[in-house]
Amino acid sequence: MSTFAAQLRRDLLLAARRPAEAANPLLFFLFCTVLLGVGAAAEGEALAGHGGIWVLALFANTLAAEGLFERDHEDGTLELMLIHARPLLAAVLGKLCAHWLVCGLPIVALSPVAAWLFLGSLADAPLLAASLLLGTPALALIGAVGAALTVGVGRGGLLLAVLVTPLQLPVLIFGVGAASAGPFALYALAALLAASITLAPLAIAKALAIGQEY
Amino acid sequence: MPKGMETAAQPRTGAARGWRRLREAFHKAGSPRWFFAGCRAWMIGLYAIGAPLVVVGAVWGLAFVPPDRLQGDSFRILFVHVPAVHVAQSVYYAIAVAAVVYLVWRMKMADMVIAVGAPIGLAITAAALLTGIIWGIPTWGTGWVWDARTVSTLVLLILFFGLTALRQAVVRPQRAALAVALLALVGVVNLPIIKYSVDWFATLHQPPSIRIGQKPAIAAVFLWPLALTTLGYYCLAVAAGLAGLRALIVDREAGADWVRQWLARPAPASE
Repeated sequence: MSTFAAQLRRDLLLAARRPAEAANPLLFFLFCTVLLGVGAAAEGEALAGHGGIWVLALFANTLAAEGLFERDHEDGTLELMLIHARPLLAAVLGKLCAHWLVCGLPIVALSPVAAWLFLGSLADAPLLAASLLLGTPALALIGAVGAALTVGVGRGGLLLAVLVTPLQLPVLIFGVGAASAGPFALYALAALLAASITLAPLAIAKALAIGQEY
Repeated sequence: MPKGMETAAQPRTGAARGWRRLREAFHKAGSPRWFFAGCRAWMIGLYAIGAPLVVVGAVWGLAFVPPDRLQGDSFRILFVHVPAVHVAQSVYYAIAVAAVVYLVWRMKMADMVIAVGAPIGLAITAAALLTGIIWGIPTWGTGWVWDARTVSTLVLLILFFGLTALRQAVVRPQRAALAVALLALVGVVNLPIIKYSVDWFATLHQPPSIRIGQKPAIAAVFLWPLALTTLGYYCLAVAAGLAGLRALIVDREAGADWVRQWLARPAPASE
């Protein structure tokens, strides 16, 4: 079995054995959707729209990214991965792929519900789902860079949010922009995704190595 | 200059000598001891040049330049606002260069440049944002506009804050240094993308009614005092950086003999 597939399988298995934990980001996304809806309704205004949904997806992603390497770091698996997994980038990508399948894809899948609640109709749901489908993996990759830099630091999600939010801003801008600007924003999201798949694993691997060695 | 650093046999050709001198300067700058001894004159010189430049430029801009046709006198904050924005961005690029040097050669001084540069960048970016808000209130009618440049400056502020926060959060110094350098590198790769996306985002929204700062829009009368204050800001920022570096060198190298000797030097400070 290839390194990528082995890592992917392991992480998916682990997630399947702790379903409640794996469901946390999704539940966070849904609950916050409800909160935002209640808040906007109490205000008597039009609901938050694409921007609100995207910001919640970004927050859910940051929360999920926080625990990405933490358990592996605690039980030593992370060190073993850094020592043995070759090519290391394949293992990192496998890990991230599993992470996105567990934490990102469900948000994409449930985005029509959010669209129905927030936007009042399902007309924009495909566009929203498409932008999230392209955007959430990029968010996960960038978030993982921050998570790798702060493995074992134990300052929680706030530090992580400060580190990665400015870097995730372009994804948010083009993701929300897809609603009004259409195809161009989707192409830009696809470009961002391609760039982050190429570059982020390098930074993640380096950051993990720094964390283990020093 | 401390003694004991005589150069070896000189090479013959001019180019080779120049290259050799450059390499020597690079290696010397990488040694805290040499840097500490060499940078004092630079620091004093830059303070001595920078402060008068800022004062002259500001007085010129505030008192002697004719008021703007559209904005009256409120535009005069330009002479302290625009240089701050320039310096803020330059500080980030300087940090990124130091980050590459640190990750590749692990030079102690490069990490110290990052450590000292981040708070300076944070302060100057905050100053840029604050003066921008003060300027915006009479000009735009509101302190804050979701304009491309305000957003990218705000992002820069968060990036600087991230560099300081990460260094404080990581306990082991070596790991903190490497992690911060890597983060600075990731940030500088992202900076053009952020800039591009924010520009795109601003064109989606209504642009502010008056756009200042575009090069052709500035008359030559305003340019000279602006050039003076900008140059002065750069001098002062580098001087502040050198002062911070001197303090950090003494702090980090406190165990070294030369630092102890320097600290125990006779009262009339003579280096």
